[in-house]
Amino acid sequence: MSVLTMSKALAQAMYEEMERDPNIVVLGEEVGAQGGTYGVTAGLFEKFGKDRVRDTPISEGVIVGAAVGAAMNGLRPVAEIMGINFAFLAMDQIVNHAAKIHSMFGGQFRCPLVVRTTSGGGKQLAATHSQTPDVIFAHFPGLKVVAPSTPAEAKALLKSSIRTDDPVFFIEHSTMYSERGEVSDDPNFLLPIGKSDIKRKGKDVTIVTYSKMVSISLKAAAELEKEGIDVEIIDLRSLRPLDLDPVFESFKKTNRAVVVEEGWKTFGIGSEVATRVYEECFDYLDAPIERVAQKEVPLPYSADLERAAIPQVRDVVAAVKKVL
Amino acid sequence: MTKEEYLELYKQMVVIRLIEEKCEELYQKSKIGGFMHLYVGQEASGVGAISARLPQDNVITAYRDHGIAIACGMDPKVLMAEMLGKVTGCCKGKGGSMHLADINLRFWGGHAIVGAHLALATGLAWADKQKGSDGVTLCFFGDGASNIGYFHESLNLAAVWNLPVLFICENNHYGMWTPVEESSAVTEIRKKALGYDIPSEVCDGMDLLAVRKASEKAIAHIRSGKGPFFLEIMTYRYRGHSMGDQRPYRTADEIKEWQTKDPIGKFEPVMMKAGIKKEQIEAIHAESAKVVEEAVRFAEESPSPPMDELYTDIYVEN
Repeated sequence: MSVLTMSKALAQAMYEEMERDPNIVVLGEEVGAQGGTYGVTAGLFEKFGKDRVRDTPISEGVIVGAAVGAAMNGLRPVAEIMGINFAFLAMDQIVNHAAKIHSMFGGQFRCPLVVRTTSGGGKQLAATHSQTPDVIFAHFPGLKVVAPSTPAEAKALLKSSIRTDDPVFFIEHSTMYSERGEVSDDPNFLLPIGKSDIKRKGKDVTIVTYSKMVSISLKAAAELEKEGIDVEIIDLRSLRPLDLDPVFESFKKTNRAVVVEEGWKTFGIGSEVATRVYEECFDYLDAPIERVAQKEVPLPYSADLERAAIPQVRDVVAAVKKVL
Repeated sequence: MTKEEYLELYKQMVVIRLIEEKCEELYQKSKIGGFMHLYVGQEASGVGAISARLPQDNVITAYRDHGIAIACGMDPKVLMAEMLGKVTGCCKGKGGSMHLADINLRFWGGHAIVGAHLALATGLAWADKQKGSDGVTLCFFGDGASNIGYFHESLNLAAVWNLPVLFICENNHYGMWTPVEESSAVTEIRKKALGYDIPSEVCDGMDLLAVRKASEKAIAHIRSGKGPFFLEIMTYRYRGHSMGDQRPYRTADEIKEWQTKDPIGKFEPVMMKAGIKKEQIEAIHAESAKVVEEAVRFAEESPSPPMDELYTDIYVEN
């Protein structure tokens, strides 16, 4: 084990995989000699050269489109889209092409592609640069959507994403790149895509969350513990496939749940998770499920306003108390 | 080209024409569903260009893809079965008219989001280059696609990365129902390639040999490592943009005028001049009619996809 930042852990995942398989290529804006805007591709250009680590024009549509075409024809591209906000410019390639190439042509083509991007607010980048629209991408069958919450899992899940023959939309959180954690040195340590993880065992309330909101929820759990409230936290880790079995199991024990997400509440992850819990666990329900989510506004620049819009520890604490 | 090649390419054009006429009939009988875009009038374009490719070369196109599929070598039976949504179709009945493909023929599809497949073409070409293949990617699209961002992003990337892509604009003069001059700042679409320093050529799309010659030259240029090339093929679709298009955006005279340059009719005197006999030409028509008839019978007799096909091929690894 080594203690690494999130960005180093991600870089290591790509480095190890590229050493293993010469068909893996990396492309995106500034991913080459500059090492990526968040430093995630640092070191790849020097090791693997410009043919495998390719800077692209600022052209999101063709970045993902070229990656899809290359994936169909035998490469295993990892495309970086600088921010999820720019992924909207490549939305057609992601949801109309990557997600459908395999099924629409009757299984003839495969699209072993990873689109890495960064999501989330909290950096005072204002409305168009600070969104958490992760759930939108999870709407489409054919695409896998992964969003890790720790450096160790980021590495293991990115490696699995690179190895799967399906297209993966891999969401990193923009404020987590310098977070540190213990990371496995074993190049074959992988985590399966589509498996939720219990981040904290508890008996009173089930919190369902993912990505950065895992750490916010853990902080809330620590505060609640002081008051004798024992929270169980489930990290979804991937939004599609969505593994809710551990959620149902937990809920049957706690009978109460809070869903915490950074994106907007309307048509959000909380809507889906709560509905599925109602469908599967209706007889176990002791209180309506609470949803903690972003205020329904485009995120403002001003730090105080931005903080007020994004879920904070106190919001999670309040929601847990509400369901008790 | 040998006489045999003349006959083979002529047969491809005739088969395409007959398939399209049959598809029109089957569509009107509601045996074919969805959107359908016919290639009638454009036969020489696809047949001429694709006949110039080598086996390692890729072909990708838009939704007007029936003729391209045949020119790539797709079995008319498999094509027709796909049209009818049968499990024996090239995509097991999951793609339909606009999404024909056959990976074994390096025919990468029929794509129906206008312009999006130009981006895929850059990727196909990039992969070949990366793997050391000398394959060239032939990417067909209409004049209408030259106005979308993908066109410009793809030409630019192909030029910057020196990718082996032959961009083939089949200029049939209308983007859906709108004439080129009302939708494009330049009506000679190849001028847009100038902005990316990509060399270009124009040819008469009603003349099979002209298309073949221009394509051979373009493919040779690309295969020699000189990067992308842009070929504008001037052609015309006799039918509407898609089925059910009765809109009066063009005159009957205009259509008639183009039909006097019909690519099939125009090629017959060329063949005869090369020593091919009238009977041989007539025999091709009879053979082609039989091929299409058999394709329809195969498609009609084929089963629909079983219900468990609904959940197959969504993911490679579940």
